[in-house]
Amino acid sequence: MPLRVRGVARSTSGMLLCVNRIWLEGSPVKNSVLLHSGNSKRGRSGIFRIVFCLAALCGGCFAGLAHAENNSAPPGSMAAVEGTSKTAVELGINEYDVTAKQRPVDKSVTKLGETPENKSTTDHSRLKELQGPFSSGPEVTRACLGCHNKAGDQFIKNKHWTWKYHNDKTGQDLGKSVLVNNFCTNAAGNEGMCAQCHAGFGLTDSRTYDFKNEENIDCLVCHDSTGSYYKLPPTRGNKACAIMFQGKPPIDWTRVAQSVTLPGRNNCGACHFYGGGGDNVKHGDLSSALFNPTSEVDVHMGEDSENFSCIICHVGEGHEWSGSRYAPIARDTTGKGKPGLPRQTATCESCHGVQPHPSSLLGIKLNDHTDRVACETCHIPEFAKGGVATKIHWDWRTAGRLRNGEGYREEGYVQGNGEPRHTYKSIKGSFRYAENVKPVYKWFNGTEIYLTVHDKFDPKGPVEINHLEGGPDDPGSRIWPFKRMETIQPYDKGNNTLVYMHLWGDDKDALWGNYNFARAIRHGMDDFNLPYSGEYGFVKTWSYWPIVHMVAPKEKALACQECHARNGRLAGLGGFYMPGRDHNQWVDSIGLLALLATLLGVLGHGALRILLAKRRKSS
Amino acid sequence: MSLHKVKVFTRFERFWHWTQMALIFTLLFSGAGIHGFHHLLNFETLVWVHVISAIGLIILWTFAIFWHLTTGNWRHYMPTTDGLFKVARYYAWGIFRGEDHPYRKRFWHKHNPLQAMSYLFLKVALFPLLWLTGLAYLLYGYWGQGALTAGSLEWVAVIHTAAAFAMAVFIIIHIYLLTTGHSFREHVRPMITGYDEVDLTPAEEAYLEQDEPGRILE
Repeated sequence: MPLRVRGVARSTSGMLLCVNRIWLEGSPVKNSVLLHSGNSKRGRSGIFRIVFCLAALCGGCFAGLAHAENNSAPPGSMAAVEGTSKTAVELGINEYDVTAKQRPVDKSVTKLGETPENKSTTDHSRLKELQGPFSSGPEVTRACLGCHNKAGDQFIKNKHWTWKYHNDKTGQDLGKSVLVNNFCTNAAGNEGMCAQCHAGFGLTDSRTYDFKNEENIDCLVCHDSTGSYYKLPPTRGNKACAIMFQGKPPIDWTRVAQSVTLPGRNNCGACHFYGGGGDNVKHGDLSSALFNPTSEVDVHMGEDSENFSCIICHVGEGHEWSGSRYAPIARDTTGKGKPGLPRQTATCESCHGVQPHPSSLLGIKLNDHTDRVACETCHIPEFAKGGVATKIHWDWRTAGRLRNGEGYREEGYVQGNGEPRHTYKSIKGSFRYAENVKPVYKWFNGTEIYLTVHDKFDPKGPVEINHLEGGPDDPGSRIWPFKRMETIQPYDKGNNTLVYMHLWGDDKDALWGNYNFARAIRHGMDDFNLPYSGEYGFVKTWSYWPIVHMVAPKEKALACQECHARNGRLAGLGGFYMPGRDHNQWVDSIGLLALLATLLGVLGHGALRILLAKRRKSS
Repeated sequence: MSLHKVKVFTRFERFWHWTQMALIFTLLFSGAGIHGFHHLLNFETLVWVHVISAIGLIILWTFAIFWHLTTGNWRHYMPTTDGLFKVARYYAWGIFRGEDHPYRKRFWHKHNPLQAMSYLFLKVALFPLLWLTGLAYLLYGYWGQGALTAGSLEWVAVIHTAAAFAMAVFIIIHIYLLTTGHSFREHVRPMITGYDEVDLTPAEEAYLEQDEPGRILE
C-alpha cells in the first residue's frame, strides 16, 4: 500500500524541526510523492522559506530531504515535484486555517481597555455560573444568557446570525444567505463550509436551521480573549478538505467561558480578515496585517499609534454595530454631532467632523473637497499594505485540473511578508494577487444594486455584482475608492443568471472533491428550486469593495497632483470639471494661437521698423 | 503750450504698477501650471501661490480704485476719439517711415488715446472678469449643492482661462510698445522716476509752479 507523507514544517534558524503528521491512505497512486511547502504557521516573522520534498519509499520507509531557500527567491521557484512541475503541490484545502487555530491575542484599545487597568465591573472567572464544567458551545451560551438575558434576543436579529439584510431603499433582500459573490460564489447550500464564520453553532443548512434557538448563538467567537477558541466548518465535506480538521487541540470551554471580554481585533479578524477564502482575499483593506499593525499600515489601529480595536469605530449597542457593506453612509453631513453625544456610526466624520482640516489656506481648500470627495479617497492611497496581498483576479475556468487523479494547489506568489500564496487550486481555479494597490475611484451615494441569483444580465460582461449608484450631479455622491475584483465565474447560459454551486459536501456532486461544474451547478440550483437551463458558461464579473481601512498617516495622504493632473488618478471619471485635469480644447487652442499671433505680430512689426530705418539711413 | 519735465506718476502709482506687474506675472506662471501647461512646482504650491497673489492683487486694486476716485486720476482713462486715428495710423504706417509720435502727453491726458482706451478696457473689462471668475473659482466650495456644482465650474474655468490668455496678449503688446518712440529706457524711466515730458498749458504751468513746485523740474 502506498504511503502518503505529509510534512508540516516549522522553521527555527532554518533548521528542520519536525515532521508532525503522517497519514495512510488507500489510493492507488504510483510513486506517491507529496510535498508540502509554506504554512501560515511559519508566520509573519519568518525570514526563511523552507520547502520540503518528502519522498515516500516502499514498505513504509521514507527518506526526507529538506531544502531551504531564502526569501529572495522569485515566486514559482520552489522545488520540483515529480520532476515536472516547478511549483509546489498540496492536497486539500486549508482556507480558514487561522480561524481554526490559536491566534495571537491583541492588546487593542476597547471601550473598557483604554487604560492598562481593567475597568470592567465583572470578573467573569469568579462567576459561579461559569465554573463549568462545560463540554460544548451551547452549554456555555446557556450560561451566558442566564445573566445576559436580553443578549440572545438582541443577537438573533443581527446579520452575523441571520445572514440576511433587507435594503429598504432598494427593496432588495441581501445577505450571505442569498447572495452570489465573485469569490467562492454562494454560501447558500454550502453552509457546511461557509458557516465556519457564522456566529452560531451547527448551521449546516440555512433552510432547516432554527434561527430562533438562542442557545446556538456562538458568544465565544466574538468574546473569547484567550485566542485559543476556534471554529471548524460545521460539516467535514469531501476528503480533499480533511486537512482543515487535522490535529486540533480540544477547546477548554470553561477557561474560554471565563475569559470573555469585549471583542478584540483577533475576534473580528478571525473571520473578517479571511473573507473570500483566505487572508485579505476579499476586501483588500482587511487582512492579518491588522492583527498587530504599525501606524504605517493603519494609522488608527497601529500598535505604535492609536491601537484601536475594531469596535472603537464600529461602535455598537444591543449587539448591533455601525458600518455596513450593504448600505454604507457615503456622505455624512452630521459630523461629530452635539458635544458629548457619541454617534452610532463608523464614518470618519463621526470623529473628525465635516471640516476636518485646519483653517489654513490649504486646509480651507481641503475642507472644500469634503462634500464631493470621500475622506478615504485621499487618505488611503493604497490598500493591501503590510505585506499581505489581496486577490484581484480569479478564473474559475481552470478549476478541476488533477494530478494523479487528485486535486492540488500551487503557490506561485510570494507576498511582502514572505508567505507564499496559492495561484492555483483545483477546487477554485487560478488567481492573481496584488499588494499596495491603488484603488479605482467611482462616484458613490451609498446605494448599491446587487445582482442576485434571480437577476438576468447581458453575458457579454463585465457584469457588475454590485452596481454603485451616484454621479457628479447627485449631491449625495462623493468620489470613493474601491477595490475592483474581477472574476470569470460560472453562470446559467440559457437563462443569463448567476448560479448557486454545490461546493461542499461528502457526496458525488460537490465541486470540491468531484470537480464537475455541471453536477455542482445542477445540485446547487435544485437545492433552492431555482430554474436552471442545464447549460453553464463563464462570464466576467466585477465586484466593488469600498476601501475604508488602512488609513495612512496624514503625511502619506495623496498629494493634490495625484488627481489634479492630465493623467491622474481620476482620469477615468467624467461629467465634471477638475482643475489641472480638464481643459477646454477651444479655449486652449485659440488662446495659444492668439499668443503666437501676437508674438509674431510684434516681432514682424519690430523687424519691419528696423529694416526700414536702416534703409532710410542708407539712402 | 510748452514741454516740461513733470512728475506724472506719483509714488503710489509707481508702486501700484510694479507690484501689479509682479503679481500678474506670478499669477500667469502659477495659473499656467495649475492649468497643466508646466509642472515646475507641485499643484499644491501652485495653488497656494496663485491664491496668495490673487488676494494681494485684489487688495492692491482696492487701494488703486480708491486712489483713482479720490485723486481724480480716473480722468486719464476717459475714452476719446480725438487723435485716436492719428495714433493708430502712426503704429500702422508712420512708425515705419520714421515719423514722430503724433501724441504729446498732456497734464490730464498722460496716455495717448489708444493707450488710454486699452487701459480702460483692461480696468473695466478684463480685470473684473478675471477677478469675478477667479473668486467664483476660489469659493467653489461655498456655492452650495446641486446644479451649480457639477457643470458650472467648467464655464467659470473657461472664462477665467480665456481672460488669462487675453491678459498675456496684452502684456506682450504692452512691452513691445515700450520699444517704440525714442527708446525702451526712455519709456520705462517715467514709471521708475515718475517724471516725463508733458505739454503744459500756461495755467497748468502756473499752477504747478505756484502750488506743487516739486512736481515740475524744468
